[in-house]
Amino acid sequence: MEILRSAMAGTLESSDAQVTVEPGEGGIELELSSSVMNQYGRQIKATVLETLERLEVKDARVTVVDKGALDCTLKARVECAVFRSCGKSAENIPWGGAVR
Amino acid sequence: MIPRPRPERFRLRRTMMFMNAQKPGLIKDAYIYGCDSIMLDLEDAVAENQKDAARFSLYHALKTVDYGSTEVIVRINGLDTPHWREDIRVCVAGGADGIRIAKCESAQDVKTVEAAVEAAEEEFDVERGRTLLMAALESPKGILNAYEICCASERMLGVAISGGDLRKCLQTSPQRDGVDMLAARGQVILAARAAGVQCFDTVFTNLDDQEGFEAEVLQNKAMGFDGKSLINPKQIRFVHQVFAPTQKEIAQAEKIIRAYREQSASGVGVFTVDGKMIDIAFIPGAERTLKLARACGLYEGDLV
Repeated sequence: MEILRSAMAGTLESSDAQVTVEPGEGGIELELSSSVMNQYGRQIKATVLETLERLEVKDARVTVVDKGALDCTLKARVECAVFRSCGKSAENIPWGGAVR
Repeated sequence: MIPRPRPERFRLRRTMMFMNAQKPGLIKDAYIYGCDSIMLDLEDAVAENQKDAARFSLYHALKTVDYGSTEVIVRINGLDTPHWREDIRVCVAGGADGIRIAKCESAQDVKTVEAAVEAAEEEFDVERGRTLLMAALESPKGILNAYEICCASERMLGVAISGGDLRKCLQTSPQRDGVDMLAARGQVILAARAAGVQCFDTVFTNLDDQEGFEAEVLQNKAMGFDGKSLINPKQIRFVHQVFAPTQKEIAQAEKIIRAYREQSASGVGVFTVDGKMIDIAFIPGAERTLKLARACGLYEGDLV
């Protein structure tokens, strides 16, 4: 998917993550901050990158402010932000396909 | 991915607790509270501009969190909104046990949802007929049409009263003795029992009024409800206590079933137990008591 405009999903509440995607300048640029950076930073980064790859996002600036979200929440927030940026978040989501 | 067993249309549902599907902190460990069913909410708890986010969150929760034996039902947005079709797609794709139809007013509403559920089961290769339905009755019209709603689909597990909107329509407010909802509750119980489905009372929203809550639960049980919708885990224990059969009821039910089996084996149809007349009409009630007792951890025998 192509990031057409900047979009955000998620909150700064505990167990959540706030994900912002913006059009990139060639490639994926990830900025991550987390309340559990030392323990889980690498895992969070991997989950975010995997999710972007599954959605075929190749060019984006992604900012994640993590507040201790589980993997399933991180995925949900990244996907929602990406679908929002393309104006496609409201219906016909490929559940079980690119979203899984 | 967590495979969930096929949902059971008739099972113990004393407590159904509402959870905002948009809040990861709530839905990730909702099963620890021990309620019989959780109700992940896509409707009123989720702000209009977060409906999309709530679905992504719901999908992954359904696929990732092991809810164990807790039933997982999702409340979808009303049929008068642009959201309900996608809500149904995500529920079916994620493998929710059931869907609660908000603001249901007619058998046609149930059939409309059923058709969309069937289409989604086809689309996502889910066993046809797996996803159960229940309806929330929130308007005088919904209450009056309760019976046709209860009978509208083989997937229907039951109906629930939703008191907030209903009281507004009825131009009343919560009363200590429950008289505000008496007619509606009576109608819904009659309809559900006539149709052979379950019925659930509305939430009690004043968390500071434990006395009022307990009075309402006792009245629900006395009227014949199967269970109650809840908004807070601290409400679960009392409902489970009230809806559990007493030791005396359990002993009596055992006695009735044993006596019935002995007597009918020797060709007797009607007889007495402790001075009370018993015949076949008492058996389903006695069996239900023992099943409920077993579910509550109070009966370990082998009669049911």
